[in-house]
Amino acid sequence: MSARLLSHVEQLDEAYDLAVIGAGPAGLAAATEAAEAGARVLLLDENGTPGGQIYRAITRNDPQELPFLGRDYWKGKALADSFLAATLDYAPTATAWSLDPAPQDRDEKATGLARIGVSLGGAARRIDARAVLLATGAMERPMPVPGWTLPGVMTAGAAQIALKSAGIVPTGRVVLAGCGPLIYLLAAQLLDAGTRIVELLDTSDRERRLPALRHLPGFLRSPYLSKGLGLLWKVRRSLKVVSGVTALRITGQGSAEAVTYCRGGRERTLAADCVLLHQGVVPNINLASAAGCAIEWNETQRAFQPTTDGEGRSSLPGVFVVGDGAGIGGAEHAEVSGRIAARAALRDLGLAPEAGDDLAALVTQRRRLARGRAFLDNLYLPAEPFRAPQDDETIVCRCEEVTAGQVREAVALGVPGPNQLKTFLRCGMGPCQGRMCALTVSEIMAAERSVSPAEIGVYRLRPPVKPLRLSELAAMPQTPEALIAVTGRTADGDH
Amino acid sequence: MANTDAWDIAVIGGGLVGASIAWGLTRCGLRPLVLDGEDLDLRASRANFALVWVQGKGRGAAHYALWSSASAGRWPEFAVALRTQTGIDIGLRQRGAFSFALSRGELDAMRAEMETIARETAGKAEPYEVLGPGETRDRVPSVGAEVVGSVYSKADGDVNALRLFRALHAALQAAGASYRSHSTVTRIEPQAGGFRLHGNWGEVFARRVVLAAGVGNAYLAPMVGLSAPLKRSKGQIIVTERCAPFFPYTSATIRQTDEGGVMIGDSEETDTASIATNQDISAVLANRALRVFPALTNLNVVRSWSGFRIKSMDGLPIYEQSATHPGAFLTLCHSGVTLAANHALVVAPQIAAGALSTELSPFDSRRFHVPQAA
Amino acid sequence: MFRRLREPSPSDTVTFSFDGRALRAAPGQSLATALLAAGVSAFRTSVVGGEPRAPYCLMGVCFDCLVTVDGVHNRQSCLIEVRDGMVVESQDGAPAIAAESAA
Repeated sequence: MSARLLSHVEQLDEAYDLAVIGAGPAGLAAATEAAEAGARVLLLDENGTPGGQIYRAITRNDPQELPFLGRDYWKGKALADSFLAATLDYAPTATAWSLDPAPQDRDEKATGLARIGVSLGGAARRIDARAVLLATGAMERPMPVPGWTLPGVMTAGAAQIALKSAGIVPTGRVVLAGCGPLIYLLAAQLLDAGTRIVELLDTSDRERRLPALRHLPGFLRSPYLSKGLGLLWKVRRSLKVVSGVTALRITGQGSAEAVTYCRGGRERTLAADCVLLHQGVVPNINLASAAGCAIEWNETQRAFQPTTDGEGRSSLPGVFVVGDGAGIGGAEHAEVSGRIAARAALRDLGLAPEAGDDLAALVTQRRRLARGRAFLDNLYLPAEPFRAPQDDETIVCRCEEVTAGQVREAVALGVPGPNQLKTFLRCGMGPCQGRMCALTVSEIMAAERSVSPAEIGVYRLRPPVKPLRLSELAAMPQTPEALIAVTGRTADGDH
Repeated sequence: MANTDAWDIAVIGGGLVGASIAWGLTRCGLRPLVLDGEDLDLRASRANFALVWVQGKGRGAAHYALWSSASAGRWPEFAVALRTQTGIDIGLRQRGAFSFALSRGELDAMRAEMETIARETAGKAEPYEVLGPGETRDRVPSVGAEVVGSVYSKADGDVNALRLFRALHAALQAAGASYRSHSTVTRIEPQAGGFRLHGNWGEVFARRVVLAAGVGNAYLAPMVGLSAPLKRSKGQIIVTERCAPFFPYTSATIRQTDEGGVMIGDSEETDTASIATNQDISAVLANRALRVFPALTNLNVVRSWSGFRIKSMDGLPIYEQSATHPGAFLTLCHSGVTLAANHALVVAPQIAAGALSTELSPFDSRRFHVPQAA
Repeated sequence: MFRRLREPSPSDTVTFSFDGRALRAAPGQSLATALLAAGVSAFRTSVVGGEPRAPYCLMGVCFDCLVTVDGVHNRQSCLIEVRDGMVVESQDGAPAIAAESAA
């Protein structure tokens, strides 16, 4: 193992050729690729071990003990191993809380280094990098239904993380609700782990079947087909799957006790102690957005993502965004994208020769891995009531406890966009910094105005993108310029 | 197709200044049209420190000291009127404020400034006290050992500026004003009996127009024979997560909102090339805040924020009716929160009546054109 | 609400406390999963409405798993590894600052 493990900001170098943020498939592949090419590489990651969410705890788990995590999971082992064998700096349990892109000249070429705010081992520091590769991955699309803030309600992804990272599974009356492939995968894994699932409530939008058909040919030639059919078969054989579910809500005093839903015009209530929600995944864009990367709306995936070129370059010089954080493509797609972007970064820095045949091979491989995605994106696009909750009492912003009804009232005041709305209601101003409500707010506003979220836009973010203790910030260097800016003005009394 | 709406009065700008004026106009029986810009326009109304502040204002400009103090005095009436109309409590607290000094030099400078203002206003400015370290600690036990003293003024306070902003917009709607976003005015064309306002959204005609466009006033004012020279001023603050109440007063650089978050300010920068925040400045802000209140050490910062101040060349407001194009009014100021009560209750009624009073003539932009008396 | 697929061997556990209660966990797991495995339902009450909350995402984005760890409030328990001797407390609304510094 030749990766140098860092546990305190003091151990970081002043500057690196490439700083990679995120240790999922895209980040691991990119960091390994760049380190093997001789670049000075730093990888920063929030978790304690490499793998991101998909390969969570991959270096600690044993296939004998958790065989049901499946071949797609164990594939991550080789990737993590080669990363840990590469010559690079690896900072697990680190937070990247800010990214200032390199200053640019008039031709938008970088004229200096990018600067990253890092918190590690209880202290904060800023370090420089010639190029930065954001591999911040995906998060689950918020599923705001009444009662989703109750203890006992969590995401399907959370249950999967609990299984992978701690070997724990939910007990009691477990209900799964939502749509998309992951919820079926989780159901299969939980069944194998011996969990009894009361029902799987499929909220898929039946209206999506027709538009998805257009993308069927690609799906038929993709590995998703056999995997997907196998899963569906297994889950439908082993537990009760209810499709066409609408008007889902969770009730309980102090924690989840029941799930109520509609199907075919009939309302039904089910006792439940644990409700696992899921309706697909979306890019985690907070750091890219706060850095100032141009953000665009992806209509097929119905999510915002940083604008990137074919090799991962964002709108900012020296800043790359790869993997699911740049648009959902899945783990293997992310890994190949990471390799492509690492090579592009090395070429841009003059650390690698011009692209050769091997790049063409990677691009071909990536195209093959993207096959079938459009079909799934179309088929499993959540129905509008699950993206823009209709029940006005539904909490949209979990931190500031702002409801869908309050959002609609503010929209009716004529606000120009989600940033003004945020000012009016404080939604998105809590510790999660809009991660849990940004998409929902844009969706509600778009629905109220009958336009696309592309026209509405999304919250603009500011560092720190993760909460940072005042003491950590206060202990950073006090530069003369900043001191003058804060204290050196003539006291003209204006505030 | 061109929009050919005709209005009695239009307000350009839907920030705190524009909304306060527009709301004041509704109270005079008018139904103004408010034209506002885009979501990500430079908006000082979303980046202010929410103080209703008098302390230290108006050195060398007694009229400004008194104007600020009068607005602070009108604030309770303003807050009650907004709450009555909208049900929104904007959280006005006028319990007094401290300016904390971390060195003798800072305290001496504060004291000198307060003495100068008291002298210049012939004692009409708000009273204040200069407190030593012991007296400061007696009144605010949580201050740190590095605080060498403070200035206290009981006239100062704060509001919840976010709720103020929403309340104004809710009140405008309730009072029958029209508000249009995505309607940036790029050209004002004076015509017989009024003004045609143009933008990429179309155009409207208004018999009278109020410019309240913040930094946008600089290019709009000359179109109606006015001028609004602005100086560059960028300010940054940091904001923490919520915590239980710990500081019942307010201060120019640290205040706890009524929701519990702590706002820590602020920088004064002249580089206005970018609106992005600067983490070196965040570090200095955090450092000073902890020296004043060491107990905040483990509180998390959840965002930094910056805005461009709307500052005329001398930092004071401009209120003026165009001499060449009567019916066009300019309202420009940095203290959109402190002066909101004056804007709503004093300036708006004068605009509605068609003439600004002599009380406002010192705020005329002609002060920038003529040599000032020493 | 959760059960362990495999009980950790007594020789390989860490001991920590939650609201004064001694709990055991497997080393290497996150504090959030350790609390869930120990049967903790609500981790805190929310700062606006005082409603009970528990982990929602377990991956660092929802901030609902916040607890006080060794006197430091609002720590994301899903991102912290559980350690021997950790003193963990649930939170009731927004934390009190002054009390913390006095501690």
